[in-house]
Amino acid sequence: MHKTAVKKVVMEGVLDANDSLAKANREDFDRAGNFVVNMMSSPGAGKTALLEKTLEHLRGDPRLGVLEGDVQTTLDADRLARFHVPIIQVNTDSGFGGECHLDANMVRSGISELPLSDIDVLVIENVGNLVCPAEFKVGEDARVMVYSITEGEEKPLKYPLMFRSADLVIVNKIDLLEHLDFDLEQFLGNLDDVNPGVPRILASARAGEGIEEWCGWLRKKSGSTEPAT
Amino acid sequence: MHELSIAEAIVAVAGRQADGRRVTKVHVKVGHLRQVVPSALSFSFGLVAEGTPVEAADLDLEEVPATGWCRRCEAESRLENFPLLCKTCGGSKLEILTGEELMVEYLEMEEETADA
Ligand SMILES: [Zn+2]
Repeated sequence: MHKTAVKKVVMEGVLDANDSLAKANREDFDRAGNFVVNMMSSPGAGKTALLEKTLEHLRGDPRLGVLEGDVQTTLDADRLARFHVPIIQVNTDSGFGGECHLDANMVRSGISELPLSDIDVLVIENVGNLVCPAEFKVGEDARVMVYSITEGEEKPLKYPLMFRSADLVIVNKIDLLEHLDFDLEQFLGNLDDVNPGVPRILASARAGEGIEEWCGWLRKKSGSTEPAT
Repeated sequence: MHELSIAEAIVAVAGRQADGRRVTKVHVKVGHLRQVVPSALSFSFGLVAEGTPVEAADLDLEEVPATGWCRRCEAESRLENFPLLCKTCGGSKLEILTGEELMVEYLEMEEETADA
């Protein structure tokens, strides 16, 4: 026996395996008629608080389900339990560096335990991280980024990957604007530099600002009707 | 640090494609717009490859510059930074031509063959 060097042309996208699982998820979602939001942010940008306000406001129209990708604890899911909507928590600490994002496979294992046919809008609450989640499609229809103004104006330029991939940016904690040294115009300019014209909603999950606009966006996207007034 | 996630995915692709053979080189194309830090990716690759058929492999990174085609003036530009703008007319309606690659292009491996 002796060893020979061989070259094998592969031409395989590094994330192809993930993307084909994401496609399988997407087919399941489409079959069940779900509109799926991949919600991404930094840690502490207020995703869970926003979801609480969203659930209070929507009151079951459309019917929301939540897939949580938080690390280990069940705290966030506990906060949402009082709304009695389908919630599943997916463990993201299963691999080397696996704590930093949800991938299509983790979401696949989560949705097998969710009653998809009883859900109109599925919100996938990704792990708080401005980088990794942007790389991994999970089968979503839209990417929504929650951004807290406490993070400063420069983040779109530092982390363009995620900002570029967003279909909607919720600029959260806007109630703190007068107390912070945050230049909203400059931030929005930076946002437009990486993702020109991306829809944005100025919101405060705490004070309730922007919640109606966000819920309207969800209703419109999911094809649900506006509630009768 | 998304380099670790990407390194895991590269090791998975190379390990599967190697089909039991020992990999000596993994050639990966990385587009400029992927925001990958090469040194961080190489470091992560070393960590993640340990104990796999890719363990002894060199990670050979080929960085691909970002280029775009302007829909307004039809010129092609090299894109260095955000905002991504046409270098000829300053327009922002660009089709990205290159720079989003993230692909395992080829592997070099050792194969045991019977002596003739
Ligand atoms: Zn031009």
